[in-house]
This record gives sequence, structure tokens and C-alpha cells, in this order.
Amino acid sequence: MQPRDDSSDQPDSGMQDNQGVDHPPDRWLNKATLTRRGALIGMAAVAGVAAVDVGAFGYAGGWLRPDALTPSRFADGFEQVYGRHDGFRRNHAKGLSATGSFASNGAGAAVCKAAVFSAGTVPVIGRFSLSGGLPDQPDKPDTVRGLALAFLLPNGQQWRTAMINLPVFPDSTPEGFYERLLASKPLPATSQPDPQKMEAFLVRHPETAEAMKIIKQSPPSPGFSDSTFHGLNAFHATNDKGVTVAIRWTAVPLQTGQPGVPGASAGRDYLFDALIRAVSRAPLAWRLVLTIGAHEDPTDDATKPWPDSRPTIDAGTISIGAVQTEAAGNARDINFDPLVLPDGIAASDDPLLSARSAVYARSFNRRAEEPKRPSEVNVSEVRDER
Amino acid sequence: MSANTGARFTLLSRLLHWSMAVMVIAQLLIGVTMVASLSYYPLLLAIHRPLGVAILVFAVVRLVNRLTHHPPPFLATMGPLERRVATWSERLLYVLLLAQPLVGWAMLSAARFPIVVYGPLHLAGIAPHNITLYAVLRISHSILALLLFLTFTAHMCAVLFHTLVLRDRLINRMAF
Repeated sequence: MQPRDDSSDQPDSGMQDNQGVDHPPDRWLNKATLTRRGALIGMAAVAGVAAVDVGAFGYAGGWLRPDALTPSRFADGFEQVYGRHDGFRRNHAKGLSATGSFASNGAGAAVCKAAVFSAGTVPVIGRFSLSGGLPDQPDKPDTVRGLALAFLLPNGQQWRTAMINLPVFPDSTPEGFYERLLASKPLPATSQPDPQKMEAFLVRHPETAEAMKIIKQSPPSPGFSDSTFHGLNAFHATNDKGVTVAIRWTAVPLQTGQPGVPGASAGRDYLFDALIRAVSRAPLAWRLVLTIGAHEDPTDDATKPWPDSRPTIDAGTISIGAVQTEAAGNARDINFDPLVLPDGIAASDDPLLSARSAVYARSFNRRAEEPKRPSEVNVSEVRDER
Repeated sequence: MSANTGARFTLLSRLLHWSMAVMVIAQLLIGVTMVASLSYYPLLLAIHRPLGVAILVFAVVRLVNRLTHHPPPFLATMGPLERRVATWSERLLYVLLLAQPLVGWAMLSAARFPIVVYGPLHLAGIAPHNITLYAVLRISHSILALLLFLTFTAHMCAVLFHTLVLRDRLINRMAF
């Protein structure tokens, strides 16, 4: 076979006839440089650049990676397990808004230069919650309780933290959390998770099995007001001398062993109702305790406790003086993103932190766009009973 | 060679054009990457905010520069329709480059987020704390980003078409 001469430099059709001196000069085009081959190569180059441009945008946005665990897919996972409940958080859906203050005693400034730790008082917006995506689930003693706080600092900075009443977190990675979430989906027949799936999950994730043992050793307190809430993830705190240490923080209740939590038979919202009554009697208070990690303490694994011997700093008192039914403008409309941090606190290498930040943002976007319904926990209903 | 090929944008215009091109392309890629990433979201967001502020500042400087300087005339290779499309797409780009950072800023304000530029440096909020307003602004931010991406892509393809297919050296007007 003869090698085909596909050189378009040869005039072979009227349209691309660029050598044709007979044709009137085109008023637009510089015909001396315009050839069929050149034009085709040019068009191919333009198409190639456009394809790379659109492809890069599509790849970066995850549209070309349907199997990637993105924040959207994570939020979808919550919806698969708990159903979709318009206007509510995808996790910790049932909750109560709160307001109060944090009175810093100045001791925290030894490790952290953030304004929140200089002596003084800052306002706090809080939210008590139960884990899970069901906004009207009945209160149960062993459902994980949450306390989220937003410290509003005078210089426009904020510190947001979402804590729970577990001593360690069950998962060390977002992937593990996601797998456990799916494995925990209740079977229609028993309303309980499939035991085989859960067992298989724990075999694949020994770190979760270990964490569960630690969690079982500290059973939950009777109510919200005597719960200890743990930040769990490690952060880096930097003081005004530029020294950085790893820290974890805990809110330790100042009211303990109080009567007044009547037990699950007292109603669907008995934990929240007891909390509402307690706050109406007197402000509730927690000490904010910073634990200082040693060099060898893991900062990237929230399933691992730090030794009890680590030094702690009592940084001041969180005081909750009022609670409000979730409504527009209060804690309902705040995303307690754990990476909203003041200057002086920075994220550690814990992979849960970035994932929490990303998934909370997705959950916040979804519920912001959805119609809102009244929350299950209603402060005025409880007060009216009195 | 036509007489027009020698005419170029002023040095300031060219510097503004190319620095913004780099920033805006990076910003678009950072934006779509971060919302789809579990691990890089905070890092990319920490770049996205100050970069958005920088783009807003550059866009204002550029608008002032555009209003006080005439660009070189269109090339003869552009017909009347194409000239009209070019004029309006330039205006659309200016609107998008100014609107997108402002919507981002307002969106964070409506969610009551602190608007961290770097370290302790913060911007004041420019919208009330309102989750419904946040939702509108958040959706607008995505739509504007897509429009910006499409307008940029069309602009780039048009210039490349002139430069690589028509070979009229259009890009020389903006080159160094």
C-alpha cells in the first residue's frame, strides 16, 4: 500500500484552496498561513484544551469519581440509615438550643494564646443533642449525648466545638465511621442492626472493638446536666511564646448526683425535659478542662485515650443559663464545625476533623435549603406543666 | 500582517489579566475540589477565603482600570456579531468576578461563620444571620461558579480558535 499523502498543504478542494491566487483576497483571514491541516490541528488543539479544562473541573468536583467517599455521599449514608428529615441535621438531629457564657480564669493562656483563654467572660451559644439522624427519636439513656458550643470572642473570632459523652470516639477514620454507620442500619424485622454485619465490621476494625471496651467501662450518667462531654479529637494549641502542644478538652459537670432525671418511663423526651427543668431552677455549669498531650500521645486517633497521668488545666467555667426550643436564629442555625477555631488553636493530623468539617458543611447546606418543621423538644410545653 | 496586530493592552491591563487568570482558575478548581473532599476541605477552604478576597480586590482595581483605559481595537478577523458577543462576555466576566466573592462573603456572614482571612485577620459580616438567606446565597455561589467556569472556557476557546485556527495572532494583544 502506498503511503497516503494526507498533506492538506496541497489544494484539494475549493473550500480549503489557500493557494488559489484566482480567488479574491478574503478580507478577514490571513490566507498565507491558513491551511486545512493547520486549521484541523488548530481545532484539535482547541478541542483538546477545552476537554482538559472541562475534564479537570469535572474530576476535581468528584463527578468523574462515582465511588469516591465525598461529603455528599457521607451525608447520603445518614439519609439511607435514618431516612431524610427535612430541615434537621443529618446527625444529632434531636436537640435543644442553649445560651450562656464562658468565664475564663486565665489559666489556659499558659498553653494557648486564643483570646478565649485570657481572663474574662465571653458569650456562648450551645446545643444539647442526641446522636442519630432521627429528630423525634425517644430519649434513651445509652444514646450518645452531645454538647456543642460556639464561643463568641470579642475580636470577631469564634471557637466552635461539638463534644459527646463518650470517653473515646468509636472510629479512627472517616471511612471506618461511614462503614459503621451503614452497618448500624436497623433491620426492618427486628429494628436492630444486623448482628452479622456489625460483627464483620468489628473484625475489620479492631480499633473500634477496642474503643467499645473503653466506652463500656464508663456508663452514661443519668442526665444531660451531669454528663461529662469530651472533645475527643486532638488539637494544637500555641501560646504567646510560640510554643505548641497537643491538647484535648473536656467539659466536666459541676452538678453531679442531682435528683430530677426520672427515667425513661417519664416520657419520650425525658432527658431533655429534665434538662429544661434543671436550667429553669439554676444555671448549669461545666469546668472546661484542657489535657496536655505528651510527645508520644497519638493526635491522629480519637479511639485512643491519653494516659490519665497527663497534666490538665482547668481553664474556666461554662455556664448555661437558658435553653430555647430550636428556632430560626438560635443554635438550630449554627453549624458546629469543629474547625471553626480562634487564632491559637489549630487542627491536628486527626483525619476525623477534616471529614467532620466537610460533612457538617454538607449537612448544613442541605438542611438550610429544606423546609423547616418544629423541633420535637419544646421548652414552653415543659414549662407549662409546672 | 495587519496594522492591528501591533496594538496591545497596556502593561497594567496585561498584568491584571494574567494574574487574575491564574487566581480565578485556581479558585474554581479549589472550590469544586474542596466541596467533594473529606481530607482537603479545611486546607482548601483556608486558601479559598483569602484568595476570594484577593480576587475581589483585583476585580475592583481591574474595573477601574478598564473604565479609565480603552482596550486596543478589535481585529479585522472579528465580525460584527462576534464583536458584540466579545463585548458582552467581557462585561459578564466583570460582573461575575465582582459578584462571586461578594456572594461568598455574604454567604459566610448569613451562616454566622467568622470570615477568617488569615490567622487573627477577620472581615466583618455583610449579611444577617439567616439560614434561608444562606441557602439562597450558597446555591447562587454554585451557579455563579458554573457560569464563571463556562464563560472562562468560552473566552479561552475563542482566543485559542483565533490564535490556532485563524492564526490572526489575537493572543499577542494580551501577551508579553
